[in-house]
Amino acid sequence: MAEELLVVSNLKKYYPITGGVLGGEVGVVKAVDDISFSVKKGETLGLVGESGCGKSTTGRALLRLIEPTAGEIRFDGVDVMNLKPDDMRKMRRDMQIVFQDPFASLNPRHNVERILEEPLIVHGIGTSAERKKKVAEMLEVVGLNSYHARRYPHQFSGGQRQRIGIARALMLKPKLIVADEPVSALDVSIQSQVLNLMQDLQKDMGLTYLFIAHDLSVVRHISNRVGVMYLGRIVELTTSSQLYSNPLHPYTQALMSAVPTPDPDVVRERVILEGDVPSPANPPGGCTFHTRCPRVKDKCRTVRPEFQEIEKNHFVACHLYNQA
Amino acid sequence: MSQPVLHIENLQTHFFTDRGQIPAVDGVSIKVHKGEVVGIVGESGCGKSVTSLSIMKLVPNPPGKIVGGTIRFKGEDLVTASEKRMREIRGNEIAMIFQEPMTSLNPVFTIGDQIGEAVRIHTKASKKESRQRAIEMLKKVGIPRAEAIVDEYPHQLSGGMRQRVMIAMAMACNPELLIADEPTTALDVTIQAQILDLMRQLNRDADTAVLLITHDLGVVAQMCHRVVVMYAGKVIEEGDVRTILKEPKHPYTIGLLNSLPKLEESQERLYSIPGNVPIPGSLTTGCRFAPRCEQAVDRCRQEMPELVAVGENHRSRCWLSV
Ligand SMILES: Nc1ncnc2c1ncn2[C@@H]1O[C@H](COP(=O)(O)OP(=O)(O)OP(=O)(O)O)[C@@H](O)[C@H]1O
Ligand SMILES: Nc1ncnc2c1ncn2[C@@H]1O[C@H](COP(=O)(O)OP(=O)(O)OP(=O)(O)O)[C@@H](O)[C@H]1O
Ligand SMILES: [Mg+2]
Ligand SMILES: [Mg+2]
Repeated sequence: MAEELLVVSNLKKYYPITGGVLGGEVGVVKAVDDISFSVKKGETLGLVGESGCGKSTTGRALLRLIEPTAGEIRFDGVDVMNLKPDDMRKMRRDMQIVFQDPFASLNPRHNVERILEEPLIVHGIGTSAERKKKVAEMLEVVGLNSYHARRYPHQFSGGQRQRIGIARALMLKPKLIVADEPVSALDVSIQSQVLNLMQDLQKDMGLTYLFIAHDLSVVRHISNRVGVMYLGRIVELTTSSQLYSNPLHPYTQALMSAVPTPDPDVVRERVILEGDVPSPANPPGGCTFHTRCPRVKDKCRTVRPEFQEIEKNHFVACHLYNQA
Repeated sequence: MSQPVLHIENLQTHFFTDRGQIPAVDGVSIKVHKGEVVGIVGESGCGKSVTSLSIMKLVPNPPGKIVGGTIRFKGEDLVTASEKRMREIRGNEIAMIFQEPMTSLNPVFTIGDQIGEAVRIHTKASKKESRQRAIEMLKKVGIPRAEAIVDEYPHQLSGGMRQRVMIAMAMACNPELLIADEPTTALDVTIQAQILDLMRQLNRDADTAVLLITHDLGVVAQMCHRVVVMYAGKVIEEGDVRTILKEPKHPYTIGLLNSLPKLEESQERLYSIPGNVPIPGSLTTGCRFAPRCEQAVDRCRQEMPELVAVGENHRSRCWLSV
């Protein structure tokens, strides 16, 4: 078995809610509430879940782009949480992030060459000529060419901008890429181009991905294993094929049944969940899914279910499967 | 067949910009019958929203203008209808739901005021009665705490709840045509399932004709009877939902379906249509899909194909399918 590149234990991120006359802290948003997982070298771990469940917060906390509230992060054997700012900055050469909206994350006043050169400058790599050569090479890698180097972000289509975002993340030859909804803003025909590109790059450069998305079909396609998040917690985590053929958590089951299939003859048994996702500022006690769960029991309202390995490589947090 | 509720013929809506005249909708024809759900699909920028805004005569002018064609609603041409007549029709005989409901809900009125208003126009009910009706409608669309929500303002609700309010309003005025432009695109799948269910109910219970605009072929499969596929301002294929999703003829539709990752099976690699959607206004002669089409022959680059019958209730705009 491949070794683990990233091991996350009991990660929490609580955002303070300020208010009142004095603007003091009046509560917290439990955006990420005690999650643990690991990512093996060369694999893609998918993270799915609905808006606000804490996917982006997880991705950013891993790189300490936001400071985690608690937990342990080991990356390539290094204890990331205890790195000093300077060492953390160096560490980020190996951990890069690609965002959903490439437009917002690309400086509109810089041309593509400058944008791609930037990370090399920041880390003091190469001479100007060497850097420009690297940029030209990277443009080819992501399917653009030197003709594009002198153009500005607004002169590109969404799919091309996402290629630039990926190229920038690759400039430092990182080991891990956190891809936060990299194809969510793209049309399907462009989405498949970017997904194929990411797969090719993974093969060629031995990259490891944490792939965040809300589209279950996309995540299934690209991931070896998938974690399902609900209200700041991972409720199920297993291999892609297991998750889709044998989903155990009632939330995963509902989520899967809600995805419309582009085939009018496929009639899936649909579980329509009632109500909205509760607010993470005031999450329900016990299992946070109990307010919408079609199979809720008394215990679910009071006791938080543990995240347990029910079958080999199949983790679930649900009292229906509790073996205790 | 009976007269369609909506009959768009050869609609042309152009934008007049400093980059020149952009034919955003370029000769589009669509029919929707009573009780029918017709889907419009296609990539970003292909003219779906401009088509729906044209029906409501809400295309921003300038820079936009309907420069040709007819839009007949129950026989009456909306292109030549007065603004006064359009105001009677909007939100009354034709209801519209947008992707971002915030833009169509008035932020300074309570939810109850807004649904109540729709009820009053329609039934001449008193203020008190219409408030009661509003609460009923909110319950019907699955809003919890309807008695409290009725007095709240749009910004206090979640995206899914706002969209349900829009549907409640649409139901309250009992329209003959509902135009839904990406009604669930901003929503999570479990909330989307709720909203689609409500739209289906409205269509079945009141026989409301629905024009559903989306880029999600999954949503189309679950909702629509017929589908219109657009590319760069033109209809390139249309037919019943099964035909379009299972036996498409146009290379663009085929490519689109093949690009989709599937939930049920794993694929090594996705198909991808080469190239990008043409920049609007940069249109040349020939088929607009030709620059990306792997099967294009010389004729495709020279002559625009017509939308022609390729089967029963199935039309395609492609030299290869004639
Ligand atoms: N800076 C912040 N301050 C306070 N709360 C925040 C902050 N950032 C995120 N949150 C809250 O934390 C929760 C998780 O947010 P996050 O962005 O991680 O979700 P997500 O799963 O990425 O959602 P989406 O699919 O919409 O991108 C949300 O309730 C969000 O409102
Ligand atoms: N106000 C405007 N000024 C100039 N051009 C416009 C304007 N509104 C729309 N267009 C053009 O009309 C074309 C069609 O736009 P439309 O909004 O109908 O696309 P769409 O199919 O709804 O796309 P999406 O899936 O992104 O909503 C686009 O190419 C756009 O550039
Ligand atoms: Mg996010
Ligand atoms: Mg649109």
